[in-house]
Amino acid sequence: MSRRALTAREAGLLSCHVCGQLARPPVDGAHNLRCPRCRAPMHLRKPASVSTTWALLIASIVMFLPANLLPVMTTTSLLGSQQDTIMSGVVFLWQSGSWPLAAVVFFASVMVPLLKIIALVYLTLSVQRRSTQNLLQRTRLYRLVEFVGRWSMLDIYVITMLVALVSFRGLATIEAGPGAIAFGAVVVLTMFAAMSFDPRLIWDPLAGRSADPHTAHHD
Amino acid sequence: MPAPAAHLKLPADLVACHECDLLQTEPALLPGQTARCVRCDAFLARNPPDSLDRTLALTLTALVLYVIANVNPLVGLDMQGRVVAVTLFEAVQVLWRDGMMPVAALVFGTAILFPLLELMMILLVLVPLRLGRVTPRMAPFFRLVRSLKPWGMVEVFLLGMLVSLVKLSHLATVILGTAFWATAALILALTFAGRAFDTRLLWQTPLPDEAEDARVTSR
Repeated sequence: MSRRALTAREAGLLSCHVCGQLARPPVDGAHNLRCPRCRAPMHLRKPASVSTTWALLIASIVMFLPANLLPVMTTTSLLGSQQDTIMSGVVFLWQSGSWPLAAVVFFASVMVPLLKIIALVYLTLSVQRRSTQNLLQRTRLYRLVEFVGRWSMLDIYVITMLVALVSFRGLATIEAGPGAIAFGAVVVLTMFAAMSFDPRLIWDPLAGRSADPHTAHHD
Repeated sequence: MPAPAAHLKLPADLVACHECDLLQTEPALLPGQTARCVRCDAFLARNPPDSLDRTLALTLTALVLYVIANVNPLVGLDMQGRVVAVTLFEAVQVLWRDGMMPVAALVFGTAILFPLLELMMILLVLVPLRLGRVTPRMAPFFRLVRSLKPWGMVEVFLLGMLVSLVKLSHLATVILGTAFWATAALILALTFAGRAFDTRLLWQTPLPDEAEDARVTSR
């Protein structure tokens, strides 16, 4: 094929993100391109990838604070009423002796959203700086972010089941708190942020550095 | 295998990696083999043996399990003789009534609606294919499958349910319902169906007329 690594972009080709079909864009540079095989919209790169990712990341950072500071649920029992945040739920699990579960919840609810935001900020910044360092590692980091992101939904389901099951009027009831809404928003926003990031942007700066004159001419 | 891209005058086995955009030749895969990008190790294609029949069988199994998992109670709680048992949908209803509409909607979407839609769309695509009736009209359904996939979180839901049960085991006696086991089996069926699905099957039959135009068409 080629001695040097050649990307579809450098070869003047678009690849369909749904069916993988390669196609040549029309010379007039028309917009709203569709895949000739499956009719899916075609883009050279995800449109406005960096700015969309930033917008969603900033929104998730804003929501991250109420998600962790506001109570996610309120337990009312004969002994009185108690409010729990995400973190105090983890502490409760730890103290009641189920430390493997406490570790799972801590990882899924506290570490994953935080590390995901940090990783996506790092990836977006490095793409903007057109870094050519750690290309493979950054691609792997992106894959990891996409893979683990869904597991942060864990606490939302825990709250749902607790609220639904503990409804013994007079004995004990559990109600969801405003923190749960903020926490759900963080999970959804970070998932959208990961989806709007185009990992091909990580590799694009390589094209500009090569001796090959076939640098990208579409955008 | 008919070559869908032959009329592009590009080699039929030429593909671009979805994660780093590198053009490469997709190797001929033996049954059970997986192709990965030579540069970034991203997944390119898989050749699962007997893909169509296995995916159909597993998806139908998943659909049956889905119905069982959604009409039966997930778990019950016995607190001093008072028993509360809920189905997943009832749990969502409790959240909704408590004023947690966004959270209720999120749980309804990720644990009930999107998994069902994904199963239906896979059947809508694969049943005509199995019967030998291929139309370009199924492409939008497949696109829907792809965009729904990240939002179906049955496995996260099951783990969340386990965590909530551990939290409750101090308060009351926990009774696992039929739906709990059906959900566990559903996750297995979904996982194996996903592994058996060779998406290239959809694009192996060349589409009539309009695809004759090799170039990307603008709308």
